[in-house]
Amino acid sequence: MAGWLLRRLGQIVPTLVILSFMVFGLQQLMPGDPAIILAGEERGDPVVLQQIREELRLDRPIWDQYLFWIGNVLQGDFGWSWRIRMPVSDLILEKLPVTAQLATMAFLIGVVIGVPAGILSATRRDTPTDWAANGVALFGISMPNFWLGIMMILLFSVELGWLPPSGYVPLWEDPVQSLATTIMPAFVLGTGVASVLMRHTRAAMLTALSQDYVRTARAKGLAEKVVVWKHALRNALIPVVTLGTIEFGRLLAGAVLTEQIFTIPGFGKLVVDAVFNRDYPVVQGVVLATALIFVLLSLVADLLYMAINPRLRQA
Amino acid sequence: MSGDASARRIGATAAPVAVERGESPGRRALRRFFRHRLAVFGLVVVVGFILVALLAPWIAPYDPIETSWARIRKPPSAEHWFGTDENGRDVLSRLIWGARASLMAGVVSVLGAVAIGVPIGLLAGLSGGWVDATLSRIADAMLSVPFLILAIALAAFLGPALENAMLAIAITASPVFVRLARGMALEAKSTDWVEAARALGNPPWRTALVHVLPNIVPPLLVQGTLAIAEAIIAEASLSFLGLGQQPPAPSWGSMLNSAQRFLDQAPWLAVAPGIAIFVVVLAFNLVGDGLRDALDPRAQRR
Repeated sequence: MAGWLLRRLGQIVPTLVILSFMVFGLQQLMPGDPAIILAGEERGDPVVLQQIREELRLDRPIWDQYLFWIGNVLQGDFGWSWRIRMPVSDLILEKLPVTAQLATMAFLIGVVIGVPAGILSATRRDTPTDWAANGVALFGISMPNFWLGIMMILLFSVELGWLPPSGYVPLWEDPVQSLATTIMPAFVLGTGVASVLMRHTRAAMLTALSQDYVRTARAKGLAEKVVVWKHALRNALIPVVTLGTIEFGRLLAGAVLTEQIFTIPGFGKLVVDAVFNRDYPVVQGVVLATALIFVLLSLVADLLYMAINPRLRQA
Repeated sequence: MSGDASARRIGATAAPVAVERGESPGRRALRRFFRHRLAVFGLVVVVGFILVALLAPWIAPYDPIETSWARIRKPPSAEHWFGTDENGRDVLSRLIWGARASLMAGVVSVLGAVAIGVPIGLLAGLSGGWVDATLSRIADAMLSVPFLILAIALAAFLGPALENAMLAIAITASPVFVRLARGMALEAKSTDWVEAARALGNPPWRTALVHVLPNIVPPLLVQGTLAIAEAIIAEASLSFLGLGQQPPAPSWGSMLNSAQRFLDQAPWLAVAPGIAIFVVVLAFNLVGDGLRDALDPRAQRR
């Protein structure tokens, strides 16, 4: 197991190095001269431009710029925002809890709907229940979730007036109001997760139910309930847990549009605003942060996979 | 009880499989696909949308970008089936023209992703060693940034335009095809015929073209179709954010963006573009699922 973990880490390190090249490389795609953008009103003054270039090391060779940048990143310094005079890392840390709350709620909604639906659909394969569950999942995957969000605002905020169409209240300030502002976006995000989890749970359950040990359990005369819940489900859930962890990471990206629609000041809103303000260090920082979270989550997924699958522990 | 039923089902499908044996694989796949009613329905819808996009100049009742102060935000009526928007433009005509942006973005960006991903994947799979390790880590790194965030970042750095959105989607979607092609190449490398081809002194690129590529086509078709569905949503998302098709040119995503501002006065603006995206994406997903059932020999039992 220790050997496996080392090998896994050995794969992650080069991935992270390449990732750092990519994120740094984004900068090179940038249209125009960053010094001119930063100088603003004073862009005609060559002294100011020279000063900015020196400060940002834009006058150095590219490898030198990279080393300077990666050295800072490793110390947790993601640079400064060009618009709001604040370190990018502070901005990210400030917005992350909002998105984390949204993603957690969405994930819970997705698990509560998706996993039971998948089990039901597998145990009642080729019945109307199965077709209905598959149909709903296909709808969930094909639905652009930002449109679903707009339709929900139209129904619950504009027509019925039950929920606020936008805004956000932190959980610790007013829990009820906080839930009222996040329940619609969480549901919108949750439907996507539910659809994906339903499909995976169904496939994993069907595989598990066709295994020999299930036939043996049935032949022993065990009740169908025990066979499904105790024998099949336990094994079927192993891949689902792994996939679920990855889906949680995907929610961070899904949140970009949802936060935009419901004007929730999270991670997604941060990156979109940064894009329009041409605040490139923030865009870069967000890409890097999501990638780090994603890599971490896939490592967690692997560890979970080992923890719940005893066969791998001995290997 | 249900075990009994599934055993019977397997027995039942075994017989026709034996009858199918005389057919060519392509014909069998076609027949299986057309047996799938939903997939055929999806195909009809996709073809319908393609026709609408191609025939846009002839079937759109109005000019999609001509504004008119006399008919701002009029609800659906006999002259304007889907109403008019905040600049007095006919929503139906904009939807019809918008099909062009969506379908083109979907198809072109996936073709781009295939063109980038497949050669890299083949190269990685066939050469092995450090080439494979490096290329695979690059694909891993790209896959570790969520699709939309990477697409947004690329579109942001490249500048907002439909072509840049398509390029961003193509680059972001390519690692999936790298993995697919690499997997197929690795699988093929261990087969006797590739071994034989190599033993006969065929150069590696020839082996790749003649022996590996044909085997990739079926999974590529499945993956490609499903990727088009995803790319259409991605384009709509980028256009919704203002990073795709630029106004006044019509695109379903940007129509939804402006619709959101007038949700209480003109709710009809938000309905039609969303349904259009949903239906076309659903159709591509149905075709993709149908293709998978038709082309994957391992999926026979399902």
